[in-house]
Amino acid sequence: MEKTALEGIKVVDFSWAFAGPFIGAYLGDYGAQVVKVESHSRLDLTRVTAPYKDGITGINRSGCFLVVNNSKYGITLNLRHPRAPEIIEKLIAWADVVVENFGAGVMERLGLGYDRLKKTKPEIIMLSATIQGQTGLHSTFAGYGWNTVALTGIGNLTGWPDRSPVGTLQAYPDSVVPWFGVVAVLAALDYRRRTGRGQCIDMSQYETTCQFLAPLLLDYIAHHRVAMRAGNRCPYAAPHGVYRCRGDDRWCAISVFTEMEWEAFCRVLGSSAWAKDERFASLHGRKQNEDKLERFIEEWTARFTPEEVMTLLQQAGVPAGVVKTNKELFEDPQLEHRGYFQCVEHPEIGQCYQQAWPITLSLSPLKIRPAPCLGEHNEYVYTQILGLSDQEFIDYLDQGVFE
Amino acid sequence: MLSPYRALDLTDEKGLLCGKILADLGADVIQVERPGGNPARRIPPFFEDIADPERSLYWFAFSAGKRSVTLNWESEAGKDLFKRLAKTSDFIIESFPPGYLERMGLNYEVLAKINPRLMMASITPFGQTGPFRDYKAGDLVASAMGGMVGCTGEPDRAPVRISADLAYCQGGVHAAIGLLIALSHRAATGQGQWVDVSMQASAVRTLHTQLPYWEYSKHIVQRSGVRRFRGGVSTQEIWPCKDGFVSWMFFGGAVGTQQMRLMVAWMEGKGMAGSLAAEVKDWAALDLTKVSSEKIRSWEKVIGDFFLAHTQKELYQGALEKRIPLTPLNDMSGVVEDEQLAARNFWVDVDHAELRTRIRYPGFLFLTNEGNCMPKVRRRAPSLGEHNSEIYIADLGLREDELKALQREGIV
Repeated sequence: MEKTALEGIKVVDFSWAFAGPFIGAYLGDYGAQVVKVESHSRLDLTRVTAPYKDGITGINRSGCFLVVNNSKYGITLNLRHPRAPEIIEKLIAWADVVVENFGAGVMERLGLGYDRLKKTKPEIIMLSATIQGQTGLHSTFAGYGWNTVALTGIGNLTGWPDRSPVGTLQAYPDSVVPWFGVVAVLAALDYRRRTGRGQCIDMSQYETTCQFLAPLLLDYIAHHRVAMRAGNRCPYAAPHGVYRCRGDDRWCAISVFTEMEWEAFCRVLGSSAWAKDERFASLHGRKQNEDKLERFIEEWTARFTPEEVMTLLQQAGVPAGVVKTNKELFEDPQLEHRGYFQCVEHPEIGQCYQQAWPITLSLSPLKIRPAPCLGEHNEYVYTQILGLSDQEFIDYLDQGVFE
Repeated sequence: MLSPYRALDLTDEKGLLCGKILADLGADVIQVERPGGNPARRIPPFFEDIADPERSLYWFAFSAGKRSVTLNWESEAGKDLFKRLAKTSDFIIESFPPGYLERMGLNYEVLAKINPRLMMASITPFGQTGPFRDYKAGDLVASAMGGMVGCTGEPDRAPVRISADLAYCQGGVHAAIGLLIALSHRAATGQGQWVDVSMQASAVRTLHTQLPYWEYSKHIVQRSGVRRFRGGVSTQEIWPCKDGFVSWMFFGGAVGTQQMRLMVAWMEGKGMAGSLAAEVKDWAALDLTKVSSEKIRSWEKVIGDFFLAHTQKELYQGALEKRIPLTPLNDMSGVVEDEQLAARNFWVDVDHAELRTRIRYPGFLFLTNEGNCMPKVRRRAPSLGEHNSEIYIADLGLREDELKALQREGIV
């Protein structure tokens, strides 16, 4: 059997909620050994958040937890127990990477700060992911991903110019920071392979998400021009919108970037006289008359389903795509072709579909194991990985160290 | 961090961020451009609004720190030159339509024969194979097909995207991840490989819980304006205040207890808590899912009036002091002037000598205590073919007259 790409990399994951745990899941899916540390006294937020499988509440049944914690071993450890440091010592000695996303200063107070971990393992790589970073005036700000939607400007950039901004349904930066987190960890591991040196990485949701907005930030810096939410419009393309189609609340996105695409678009519309209107013959003209243009387009799209609009336009070489619901993603033939949804067997809820990542590697397939039940791998991790004897394991257990 | 490695970057706007990340991490990233220039050089806004391939802020933002050579890889001599570059490179990043490089005879299989250690990432709207592989998509279409648009916006209007081309960045980061996973594999085996990145799937990865909402609850998640359905109840997240908007999620349960107590105490202190304190004695005991939506709306009215009576700045300052998760909805000016980003020295001034100016850029991807590893924007984006002689003569060992000949023939 082919070795997985990240086989042999050992990660201790103290993170919780969304932004941190995705890092370990990405690494775990590609073969790293990831141990997620939880406790009974302070349950991970996502274990107690709907939706639950079959609507039955339970700490091992939340779709939120399952979606962010694939391919990890789950252990429970009461970090405040007087004997916890003995276990932590062993965990850190075993680990290559530690990931956490508590507020700034919390790891230090738990005796888990980088300076402390480094004493056990000088070449440890530690990554801390917070909303606003470990230093500075707002480092102790304790917030959620939607706070970063607001801070970065993404909230304000989403919606219609004549109405209140609406932001994103999901806290968008909760996705972005773990991707950069995986980049940082893998680069740090490569650096360590070459130099033997570890490091302590301080990652901020706010700053990583700003990377995506760089052109808009430069526009403000250079010209004091403030980008504004624009519905679906784009300064360098027209038409560029989402149009109502046949059916109940069904829509298709269409974007025309080049004159070649515009000509192809007009050929598909064929009989529509307005498409030949001089006003629409150039990007400049289409931008000037965009309201009118969009009304004409919607008269045409309303006659078809979004699938028909997409197929007609794509066959002519015009970018167009169905506005998919969460349900429709499960039925998407392209995602299915990529094996994007993988069926895994979860010990408590049975078969469920978990998401792969947007990448397919020619030699390194990913393998998804289900997210752990609370404390599911205590015995395996403590005795097989950390080498406790059965008696030691029972002693710690009796004393409540694994609560 | 990645200083031993070289990347050839053939991407247009769909993939530029991948190479930018590698460059920030220390890799030598060479943007290989057609003699006419990378298409992303034509994306606005332009510096001082003068449309010019050397003035695109989009290009500046995502090609900073890279070098540039020009090359007509559709010519035979150009292909040979490209293969010579590939021989000494570690990474190739490209975003051509699927099949294009194969028609050029420059696909991964061919290049891997020349350099088996080579790792290549291909970024496309839907992936290299499958029923939609030839479909075209920009940011909007990829975001729609990836489920991001469908759940964003207001019920009485069309679904919307975020008004920025973020889908391109999403694909770019995943390409960087794919290449680094491949690098780990190569360190163990000596073998390079090919990474196929889908922009559509990258958009799906921004949805988190919406997929389980269908799988486990058969609930179709719909766009809901400024309201969110979280923890089984619909409440408001974005609120108008005196001079703009703020983000603060009204929610109950164990998770919401602390912030509700703090918020109501704050409002009481200003004499603006209305009936809230009297109606809810104990937020920990309150189950919002059992409260009628009329009641929730009436409480939201009281909270909303408190916000309307204060400015963004007053509310954010108060929230920071009281440890309440409330933030302003910044626009780009708010981000650039943010005191936390300034305190962390996030911004970096980059010299643009040709434009007789320095421009302030977003800085490090992260901070690290290991000085050699600190990510940074090393220099402005390259002008077209700026490093032709540096790379073709100094690195590849062409003679001056050979380069001149290639330039005459329009290959470089």
